[in-house]
Amino acid sequence: MSDPNASMAAAAPETVEKETYLGSDLPPAPGDKEKSRSLWSDAWRELKSNKVFIISLVLIVVFLIMTFFPQVFTFGKDPMACDLTKSRQAPSSEAWFGYDNNGCDVYTRTIYGAKASILVGVFATLFTMLLGGFIGVIAGFFGGWVDSILSRLTDIFFAIPLLLGGILVLTSFPASDSTNLYSEVAKVVLALGILGWTSMTRIMRSSVIQVRNADFVVAARALGAKNSRIINKHVVPNSLAPLIVLATISLGGYIGAEATLSFLGLGLQPPVISWGTMINDAQPYIRVAPFMLFFPAFFLSIAVLSFIMLGDAVREALDPKLR
Amino acid sequence: MPEPILRVENVVKHYPLTRGIIFKKEIGQVRAVDGVSFDLMPGETLGIVGESGCGKSTLARLVMKLEDPTSGQIWFEGEDMAHLGPKAMRAKRRDIQIVLQDPYTSLNPRMTVGDIVGEPFDIHPSVLPKGDRKRAVQDLLEVVGLNPEHINRYPHQFSGGQRQRIGIARGLALKPKIIVCDEPVSALDVSVQAQVINLFESLQNEFNLTYIFIAHDLSVVRHISDRVGVMYLGKIVEVGDEASIYEHPSHPYTQALLSAVPVPDPVGRDERKRIVLQGDVPSPANPPSGCRFRTRCWKVQDICAEQEPPLVQIGTAGGQYAACHFPQERDILDNDVPTAALDLSEMPQE
Ligand SMILES: Nc1ncnc2c1ncn2[C@@H]1O[C@H](COP(=O)(O)OP(=O)(O)OP(=O)(O)O)[C@@H](O)[C@H]1O
Ligand code: SF4
Ligand SMILES: [Mg+2]
Repeated sequence: MSDPNASMAAAAPETVEKETYLGSDLPPAPGDKEKSRSLWSDAWRELKSNKVFIISLVLIVVFLIMTFFPQVFTFGKDPMACDLTKSRQAPSSEAWFGYDNNGCDVYTRTIYGAKASILVGVFATLFTMLLGGFIGVIAGFFGGWVDSILSRLTDIFFAIPLLLGGILVLTSFPASDSTNLYSEVAKVVLALGILGWTSMTRIMRSSVIQVRNADFVVAARALGAKNSRIINKHVVPNSLAPLIVLATISLGGYIGAEATLSFLGLGLQPPVISWGTMINDAQPYIRVAPFMLFFPAFFLSIAVLSFIMLGDAVREALDPKLR
Repeated sequence: MPEPILRVENVVKHYPLTRGIIFKKEIGQVRAVDGVSFDLMPGETLGIVGESGCGKSTLARLVMKLEDPTSGQIWFEGEDMAHLGPKAMRAKRRDIQIVLQDPYTSLNPRMTVGDIVGEPFDIHPSVLPKGDRKRAVQDLLEVVGLNPEHINRYPHQFSGGQRQRIGIARGLALKPKIIVCDEPVSALDVSVQAQVINLFESLQNEFNLTYIFIAHDLSVVRHISDRVGVMYLGKIVEVGDEASIYEHPSHPYTQALLSAVPVPDPVGRDERKRIVLQGDVPSPANPPSGCRFRTRCWKVQDICAEQEPPLVQIGTAGGQYAACHFPQERDILDNDVPTAALDLSEMPQE
C-alpha cells in the first residue's frame, strides 16, 4: 500500500459524488503523531514491562534451547555413554549432578530430558487448543441443538480426571516396542489430549457466546457477511484471549502430567529420556542417591512454574479487553 | 403519489419465554413488537420515539431482516422481503443499512478503521475493484468528517463521537437507499449529539437517503424528522407529520412525552406544566388489556380496559393518526390536564 496523502484522496470521486462538502469539525491536528495501536500491540507493550513475564520468558527460552540444541549445555557429552563402575556416584566437579544407577551422567541426561517433556507439553497444548477451540467455537456460535449435543459431550469427557483418562488410554494401548522418541511423544500427547480438550472447549464456548451477539457482529450481518466471515474476522479474534491464557497455563500442567505418567511407567518408556522417566529410575534409590531424584524434579518444577507464570502475565495483559 | 420505498404492514415479533434447560417449556411470550404498520417515502425521515423496552430496536432488526417477523409483511421497493432467498437478500442488503446506538461496541476492536469501513467492499466485492478500495475508504472518512490518514488506527484511539462517524461511514459505504439509525446519538454527549445529527442531515441531502431515525426522546428527532411515530409497548400509538405531533399531539402518551421536552420559547416555558407519568412501563410479556397505556393514563375510562383503540385519523389536516378512545388535539401549552389525577410539577427553570 502506498502512503496516504491528501492529493490522492482528493482525486477519487468514485464512491462519493463530492468531497469535503462537510466542513470537517475535526481538523487534522498538525502535532498529531499518535501511531496505530492494536490491542495486541498494547498487550505486548504491557508485557514487556512486566518482570514476571521477562523472567518466565527467559527461562522458557533456555528450556527451548535445551530442547533443540542440548549440545550447547552438555559440551558434547553423550547421555547414553554410561559407565557402570560409576553407578550412583555423588555430584563432583566432573559430574555436577552425579551419576545414576547405570553410571550415566545425571546432568547430561537432565538436559536431554527437556526435549521429551517440552515436546509433550507443546504438542498436547496445540492439540487440545485446536480441537477444543474448534468445538467451542462451533458450540458457542451456532447455539441451539448443536450446542446442546456438543456441550453434553464435553461434560461427559470433562467429568473424567485427566490422569485417570491418560492411564486408561495408555494401559489399553498395546505396549509398543517403539523406541522412537517422536512416536512415544505422540502416544502420550494423544493420551493427554483425548481428555484435555474439554476445558479449552468450555472456555472458548463461553467467550464466543459473549461475542456472537456483539453490535459489531450485528453490523456485519447487516452488511450481508456470511457466517464464515463473521467467525473468522469478528468472533474468533475477539474471543481468543482467554483461550491463550488457559493454553499457556495448561502447557505447564501437561509437562507435569507427562512426568506423572512416565513415573508410573505408563508414559514415555526408556530408552527415551524424560524428567518423568528419570524420576522413575531414581525412585528405588531416594535414600542412597537423592541427587538422582532432585535434579530432574527441580528442572521439572521450574519448567512448569515458568509456563504458569507466563500464563499469569499474559492474563494480566489481555484482561482489560476493551481499553 | 409516489410509491413508498418501504412498507411495513402489521408486523409482529413475539419472543418465547422459556423455562428449563434441556426440555424447554414455553411459559409465555414477550410481545416486543405487536402489530406495527407504516409507509416510508423515498427521501423522508421517519422518527420513531418511545421509552426503553418499547420495541424500537426489535422493529429496526425486523426492517433490516436480521430477524424474521412472527407475522406481518415488509415490502422493500414493492418486493416482499420474506420471499427473498439468501442470495437475493445479500444483494438487497446493499440498499438498506444500519447505524447502531453504542459507538463503543459497534466497531470491532481488533480491526483498523480502514478495515472496518472497507468491510462492506470485502463482502460485496463487485461494488469496487480492489485497487480503488483504499481511496474509497479515505473518501468516506473525509465525508463523515474524519482525517482520512487515520485508516490504520484502531477504534479505541477515537472518541465516542468520532467512533459514531466511523459507524456512519461504514453504513454509507455501499450507497444504501435507506439507513436505519437505532438511537445513533443516545450514547453521545449533548454537544456532540448536535454535530452528529447535522452530519446525518447533510448526508441525507447529499446522497438522497431515506432514514428511520430511532430515539427515546422527542426533542432529538424533531430537527431531523419529517414524520414521527410514537411507540408504546410494541405498538405505534400516534403518528403524524412533525408539525402535528409537536404542535397539537392528540394521544395522552405523546402529550406526556412532549411535556418533558424543554422549549426554547421563554414564554411557553413559564406557562407549561410538566406531565409526570405515574408508574413503570408494564412488562411486554403481560401487556394490559384494551389500551396498553391505560395503567398510566389520566383520562382512562372503563372502555379503555375493554376495547383496544384502533389507530385512526385525527383532525382534518390528514396524516395524523392516534390510537386512543378520547383523542384530543391539544396545544401542549394548555393547562387543561386535571390536577387530581396527575402529579404536576413545575418545569425546572433551567
Ligand atoms: N432476543 C430477544 N429475546 C427475548 N426478548 C427480547 C429479545 N430482544 C428484545 N426482547 C424484549 O423485547 C422488548 C423490546 O426490546 P427492544 O430492544 O426492541 O426495546 P427498545 O425500544 O429498543 O429499548 P431501548 O431503548 O432500551 O433500546 C424488551 O422487553 C426486550 O426485553
Ligand atoms: S384509550 Fe383510554 S387509556 Fe388509552 S390513551 Fe386513550 S384515554 Fe388513555
Ligand atoms: Mg434499542
